[in-house]
Amino acid sequence: MNRSGFWNDLKKYKIFLLMLTPAVIFYLLFAYIPMAGIIIAFKRYDYAGGIFGSAWNGLDNFRFFFDSGNAWQVTRNTALYNIAFIVVNNALQIFAAILLFEVGGKWFRKIIQSSLFLPYFISWVVVGAIAYNLLNYDIGTVNAMLRGLGLEPVDIYNTPAYWPFLLVLVSAWKGLGYGTVMYLAAITSIDTEMYEAAEIDGANIFQRILKVTIPNLYPTIIILVLLAVGNIFRGDFGMFYNMVGNNGVLFSSTDVIDTFVFRSLITSNDIGMSAAAGVFQSVLGFATIMTVNYAVRRYDKDRALF
Amino acid sequence: MSATELNADKSFAKTTGVKKTDQKIFAVIGYGALTIMALLCLLPFLLVVSSSLTSENKIITEGYQFIPTDFSVEAYSILFKYPAEMIQAYVVTIGVTIGGTLLGLFLTSMTSYALSRRDFKWRNGFSFFFFFTTLFSGGLVPWYLLIVNYLHMKDTILALIVPLVLNVFYIIVMKSFLGGIPEAIVESAKIDGAGDFRIYAQLILPLSKPALATIGLFLALAYWNDWYNALLFVSDEKLMPLQYYLYKMLGNMDGMRKAMMGAGAVVTTAIPTESLKMAMTVVATGPILLAYPFVQRYFVQGLTIGAVKG
Repeated sequence: MNRSGFWNDLKKYKIFLLMLTPAVIFYLLFAYIPMAGIIIAFKRYDYAGGIFGSAWNGLDNFRFFFDSGNAWQVTRNTALYNIAFIVVNNALQIFAAILLFEVGGKWFRKIIQSSLFLPYFISWVVVGAIAYNLLNYDIGTVNAMLRGLGLEPVDIYNTPAYWPFLLVLVSAWKGLGYGTVMYLAAITSIDTEMYEAAEIDGANIFQRILKVTIPNLYPTIIILVLLAVGNIFRGDFGMFYNMVGNNGVLFSSTDVIDTFVFRSLITSNDIGMSAAAGVFQSVLGFATIMTVNYAVRRYDKDRALF
Repeated sequence: MSATELNADKSFAKTTGVKKTDQKIFAVIGYGALTIMALLCLLPFLLVVSSSLTSENKIITEGYQFIPTDFSVEAYSILFKYPAEMIQAYVVTIGVTIGGTLLGLFLTSMTSYALSRRDFKWRNGFSFFFFFTTLFSGGLVPWYLLIVNYLHMKDTILALIVPLVLNVFYIIVMKSFLGGIPEAIVESAKIDGAGDFRIYAQLILPLSKPALATIGLFLALAYWNDWYNALLFVSDEKLMPLQYYLYKMLGNMDGMRKAMMGAGAVVTTAIPTESLKMAMTVVATGPILLAYPFVQRYFVQGLTIGAVKG
């Protein structure tokens, strides 16, 4: 490398570099240094020694994580929930976007879109409160209705079997507006001439949607789904934690990697093992994203992340 | 793609004249399904508001209801009689939201601006330096230990502001917006002798108002709704933001009784905990619901920029 060229550039870009300094420090501090902190996963952490002074213990933390049986359970839950969220959420969002595009006047659409988007704006804490309102055994609305109909109330907060459905429902509820807006934007940008051609060919509205709208959405659907697949091992901590909390009865069907890592760190203070679980998640996630990006690149180079 | 374009009436159904049978069937399905989905999105909010206005007895005997059959403002009167903690939480949240959003906007726009300048040869390298952090991370544990044991940010206001202040996604959105500003503007300012920082502060920032509004609102929403950083880093009650305070109260009725007593409430009668929980939820969410109609379109803009850029 040409040394004087480098120093010249450094001088030339002085202001740009100064402008980037705060963000560079931020990411060094809060992203890159923690990456180096991965070594905790291979140590027996003690507070006196800290990250660098604690003694190494090889793969003991990982062994403990896998032998406890938790690894398989939380990894399976994380992936299965995310797959269910991707399928259900995208299907509902596409459905809503197509309907919103096809029917109604300006006001109807505005009101519907605003209503669908509203849940996106509230915190998971409030969602948790609403869920409690609806599902509580003694005074929840669902059970009040069941009792009113002369049926047996259901003890939802003590029955793990209900939760996969519930969590999929809650995720769909909160994400519906966000995704609908994205798909609506994609539908709006479809060339109207295609619709006119379909009309001339005598297509009815159902055929038009199946043969024109949906095929034109494929690129958007594929990209959004693939990007979501890239994050399949990242659990939505806010949702799981506020819906389930520390209710151990439900963990068999609700515990994901993120809630497990959080509990191991904060509640049981098992730093080595929670770090190991975190590293496991990061490596798995990285491999998935690289694979997905490779797939996206092959599908459409311009849409790839990198 | 702008929000106005989204709302523009490009639907083909409008351009055809007489409605045929298939369109009638479709209209029934469409209006029906959309109305049902919209109601499902709205009813839970009604449930919370209604429960906060129902007498405690009614809730205990008949459950939470969509329409208050036994109207009562008891929960609100108790909440506003001893509002010290709630006000404290509001102050923390408003301070963190304003401070964090302004700082975040400044850092995001400045970073994005440097990355968007085509005559900056190293911009791709720096872009990747930021972007890589979204692909791989050290996980929760090293990050948590760094903040608590090394930076000693536990129980400081910084722990509520710093973790959310920069976000690679916003940097990318801002960068793509700035990329759309004609380079000739920058060139002519340079010829006039303006330095790069001055070009950013006096020329680019005013031109970026739409993007700044969108990103600012995303930041503000994230700060307003944040409870996670408080869960991890705050145990001092004076530093509890609103959502975390709500979280604590929802899960801890004893704490709520104590808070009321600590504030001087004479607890002779039972505190209406169920309706009080809901009144707190309403008070914590109220500002968002009030601002929602005015700010929604900026979020729609942001999503569509993001969707285009991935």
